[in-house]
Amino acid sequence: MSAPLLRLENLTKRFGAGTAVDAVSLDLAASEFFCLLGPSGCGKSTLLRLIAGFEAPSSGAIRLGDQDLAALPAHRRPVNMMFQSYALFPHMSVGRNVAYGLDGLVAGRAATAERVAALLRLVRLEGFADRAPATLSGGQRQRVALARALAREPRVLLLDEPMAALDRTLREETQAELRALQRRLATTFVVVTHDPAEAMTLADRIGVMDRGRLVQVGRPADLYRRPATRFVAGLLGDVNLIPGRLGAEEPGPHRGVESVVGPLLARAPDAPLSAGADIVLAVRPEDLSLSGEGVPGTLVEETFLGDRTRRVVRLADGTCLRATTAPGEGAPAVGEAVAVRFAPDAATILPA
Amino acid sequence: MTTSPSASRLRVLLRLPVWLWLGAFFLVPFVITLKISLSEPATAMPPYLPVLDWRGGAGDWSDFLRALNFENYVTLATDALYRDAALTSLAYALAATAILAGIATPLAYAIARSPAARQPLLVALVVVPFWTSFLIRVYAWIAILKPEGLLNLGLLRLGLIAQPLEILNTPAAVLIGLVYAYLPFMVLPLYAVLSRLDPALREAAADLGASPTRVFWTVTLPLALPGLLAGAALCFIPMVGEFVIPDLLGGSETLMLGRVLWSEFFTNRDWPLASAVAILLLILVVGPVVLFRDAAAEAASGEGAP
Repeated sequence: MSAPLLRLENLTKRFGAGTAVDAVSLDLAASEFFCLLGPSGCGKSTLLRLIAGFEAPSSGAIRLGDQDLAALPAHRRPVNMMFQSYALFPHMSVGRNVAYGLDGLVAGRAATAERVAALLRLVRLEGFADRAPATLSGGQRQRVALARALAREPRVLLLDEPMAALDRTLREETQAELRALQRRLATTFVVVTHDPAEAMTLADRIGVMDRGRLVQVGRPADLYRRPATRFVAGLLGDVNLIPGRLGAEEPGPHRGVESVVGPLLARAPDAPLSAGADIVLAVRPEDLSLSGEGVPGTLVEETFLGDRTRRVVRLADGTCLRATTAPGEGAPAVGEAVAVRFAPDAATILPA
Repeated sequence: MTTSPSASRLRVLLRLPVWLWLGAFFLVPFVITLKISLSEPATAMPPYLPVLDWRGGAGDWSDFLRALNFENYVTLATDALYRDAALTSLAYALAATAILAGIATPLAYAIARSPAARQPLLVALVVVPFWTSFLIRVYAWIAILKPEGLLNLGLLRLGLIAQPLEILNTPAAVLIGLVYAYLPFMVLPLYAVLSRLDPALREAAADLGASPTRVFWTVTLPLALPGLLAGAALCFIPMVGEFVIPDLLGGSETLMLGRVLWSEFFTNRDWPLASAVAILLLILVVGPVVLFRDAAAEAASGEGAP
């Protein structure tokens, strides 16, 4: 990564006794699409508000290029925010909402009107300048908020749950549009979301937050394939967790695990873990195969999901594993004995 | 949606108390006052003529109606005293409303922006003076404002003035009294509106580069306008007819309609003229109310759905 555009260093925000944002360090590249993902209350919105300047950090630094952002009040920061509620000014027309941020930036009424028209064209709302926000649909309001936030050509655009108020079909369409818009503008976008699918759809990189801490940052595929914690593994999709004990260190890419269902082989852990430590093995359901050699068990449940079938296998010790496979395979019927196996590379060793 | 007959009957029933109330306590007294204002004063009981005799026939009725005249209103229109009193009342009410808006807006704004847990206490403090009798509080202002009162004593002690200030019995004292007495009526509706404003709106304005001053003038104040107008109406209307404050704090030359009405009624025992003043007061007040209502409706419609 070249020199980062936005750099957070040990950023901490405490409210009373609680810590909303706990020592977060993060580098964002120019024109990157970054998603902060986490459950509600994990501190992701507070982190966004720290960058925007609505909250002052308890400690740590926020740098944009070589500029110290923390020293500037919100209205002097070259970043803009799109609010979850959109926060459109109800007493102003769409055009005046979009023009609000242009005051002092664009001189003259004609130039302002031209700029507003261009921004509304950008979000496909030509001809809406004279409408009142209250007369617009949710999707249209969202686009007005986007145009208004882009008006000042921010170095970084912060978007707080931009899709939360949209229904599902509109959300998918809007995600694609937002992605395309970001590519076109080459502005750094930071989106806060609690929806893993949305984060994976939109982001170049995802930062997962849990209880104020940034627990893992990486490309969507890396986070999905190589989660750093059980929390990340579970957040990004369904996962089988098999408890066990880490085997002795050995050369090569794999490592033995003494699991509750017997000895298994998994990808060697990224984190330094000593032999004998309590661990869990994380295996995605789509990586489980029910044919050939493997751990014996019984097929207890089968759910047809159209494009795939989900099966539940109970192993000898009582552990239940979920496996999803393409439908129509000559698969065993419920009640029959099966053998479960997975490639060692598909299993991630995580601290228990 | 269509309404069933029973639902519409229910709606009529629900409105009935309102109409009964307005009829008994507004319309009937208004008609009586209007009738008295068209009568002539008399040394009698009641002290005006003619008195309607319900048992009389059609002839008595036409005699009665013929006896009514607009003499009192001609007096009001021609005598400079009443015109001046009306103008003075309006001027005092307007000035006090403007001062109230200037004081109450930052006050309500500060309360609305203070921590949520502290807001009920601050609102209660605004209302606390109501727990003491209004008259006692006005008398307290006399004690504060009089030449040897608390204010002058303090200022003299501090060496800020050499001579006691003449405040009591001046227009300034009336304005102080009016502003003091009506402040809660201005603060509360403003607070109600300001506390419901989405803080994200202010943040969005700041985010878009607006300084705190610009945020206030372009976002907060326009959105608080319905509260400001409601407060202004609540204060302006009773202040036009205010009697106690100008009577106690104002000098003898403080001519407000409330005082004129009082002296016509009690001192001169001219009930018809006093009634005419009352009707004039009503007209002075109803005009602004209609204006306020239209402006408030406009402000509200600009805010909500079309």
